[in-house]
Amino acid sequence: MTTSHDKSRQTPLYAEHQRLSASFTDFAGWSMPVRYSSDIAEHIAVRTAAGLFDLSHMGEIELTGPQAGLALDHALVGHPSKLAIGRARYSMLCDPDGGILDDLVVYRLAEERFLVVANAGNVDPVLEALEQRVTSYDAQLRDATHDWALIAVQGPAAAAIVSELTDTELAELKYYAIAEATLAGSDVLLARTGYTGEDGFEIYGRPEHAEHLWTELLRVGEPHGLVPAGLACRDTLRLEAGMPLYGHELSRDVTPFEAGLGRVVAFGKEIAFVGDQALAVRRDAGPRRLLVGLVSSGRRSPRSGYSVLDPGTGAVVGSVTSGAPSPTLGHPIAMAYVNVGFDQPGTQLHVDIRGTRDDVEVVAPPFYRRAQ
Amino acid sequence: MSVPAHLKYTAEHEWLDLDGDIATIGITAFAADALGDVVYVDLPATGTIVTAGEACGEIESTKSVSDLFAPVDGEVVETNEAVASEPGVLNTDPFQSGWLFRLKVSDLGELLDAAAYESLIGGE
Repeated sequence: MTTSHDKSRQTPLYAEHQRLSASFTDFAGWSMPVRYSSDIAEHIAVRTAAGLFDLSHMGEIELTGPQAGLALDHALVGHPSKLAIGRARYSMLCDPDGGILDDLVVYRLAEERFLVVANAGNVDPVLEALEQRVTSYDAQLRDATHDWALIAVQGPAAAAIVSELTDTELAELKYYAIAEATLAGSDVLLARTGYTGEDGFEIYGRPEHAEHLWTELLRVGEPHGLVPAGLACRDTLRLEAGMPLYGHELSRDVTPFEAGLGRVVAFGKEIAFVGDQALAVRRDAGPRRLLVGLVSSGRRSPRSGYSVLDPGTGAVVGSVTSGAPSPTLGHPIAMAYVNVGFDQPGTQLHVDIRGTRDDVEVVAPPFYRRAQ
Repeated sequence: MSVPAHLKYTAEHEWLDLDGDIATIGITAFAADALGDVVYVDLPATGTIVTAGEACGEIESTKSVSDLFAPVDGEVVETNEAVASEPGVLNTDPFQSGWLFRLKVSDLGELLDAAAYESLIGGE
C-alpha cells in the first residue's frame, strides 16, 4: 500500500472550480477553491439556503474484515464496534500520551466494513498509526482517498435539493447516518453529516461521476439558492458552530478533555486502546486549560495565536486558536484555550490585538445554533 | 486581474495616483482578492507623518488581517471616511471609490510601473 499522493493534487472537480472562476489556495498540498464570489455571500447562502462544497481532499480510509470494529476500538478513542450499520460517529485518534493525532468521522457501512474520514493534512499520520494499530487484528486497511470524490450540500435547503436527485427517503436518513443511494443516476454513499452547523449531506461518489454530481446539484439547487462555497466560508461557518479545526483547536499538544470533547473517549471498552492510560490520568487530574468561546463588541477580531490576558493583572492566561468577524452575528468571535479559573461564561478578559487590548467575554460555544 | 496603466505600484500591493506632490493611495485588486471580503479598515489620521515601508494602518477581512504600509514618505492630508463605514468597497472598486488616503509626498522613492507590478503578481 502506498501513502503517497498524486503530484498534481487536484480534485476531480478542479475544472469545474476553474469554470466557476474560483480563487484557489493550497490546502494540505491540494489546490482548493477558497471562494467563488464572496466569503460573506457564500457564508450567508449556507445559513439561509444552501452551499455546495468540494471536500474531495479529505482522506478516506476503509477498514474491512471480521475484526474491523475491534481493530478500530483499539486504534481510536471511540467505540466503533458498537456502531449500528448505517450510522456515523465523530471520533479521535490519539497518541499513547493522549495528544490528538486527528479528529475524524467513522461510518459503519456494513457489519465488517468501516469508512474512516480523516483531515486532508493528516491522512499520512493517520494511515501510519492505523496500520500499526490494526496489524494484530483480522482486518484489512486501505487508503481509499482516490476512490472517492466528496461533495457536501449544506444549509436549510439541502434536503429539498438532494431529494430532487434521489429516490432515497431523506426523512429516514437521520443526522449522523449514511446510506447507499442513487443520486443523479450515480451510486453514492449519502451521509447526513457536515461541518457547518446546518442540516446537510455529504455525498461520496466515484471520481468519474464527480462532475456530473456537482453540476446536477448546482442545476437543481440554483432555484433553492444553492451556491458553490469555498474554504473561506467553510472556516467561518464551522467557527460559528463552535466546531474545532485540527491544527487550531486540536493538536498533538492537547487531549480531548482540554478541547471539551471528553465525551468522545470511551473508557468502558472491553479492550485497551492507544492512549487509554494517559487519558485516564488526564481525565482524573482535570484539565489545566480549557477551550472557550470569546465574543467581542469591537470591530477587530482576535486571531489565531493572539494572547488572552487577565484584565486585572495583565498576565497572559490563554491563547486564541481561531477568530474571525462572524458574518451571521455581526461581531468578532473566537475560540481560545484559557487557564482554568478564566473559563466560566461571563468572564471578562482582554485579547492583545496587535498591541492593543480589546475587551472580550467568555461564552460557551457554539456561537450560532440553527433553528430546529 | 486589473492593473490600471496610469498608476504606480508597490510590492506590497498598493497603488498610487500621483497628482503633483499629492498621492492618492489604495490597495490593488490583486490584494483585495487575496484578502477576501474586507470588513474593517483602520487608516492613519490626517496630519500623521508616515515613512515608506512602515505600517500606518490595517485591513481586516473575514479571513485575515494585513498591515497597511505607507508606500512613500509624507504627511496624511485626507482619508476616505466612506471606506470605514463600507469597507466592502475595497473588493468591489479598489482603484476608484475604494481609495484609502492621500499623502503630501516628501520623498517618492522607488515605485513600480504597471508593467513591473503585473509581472510581479503574474509570478506569484
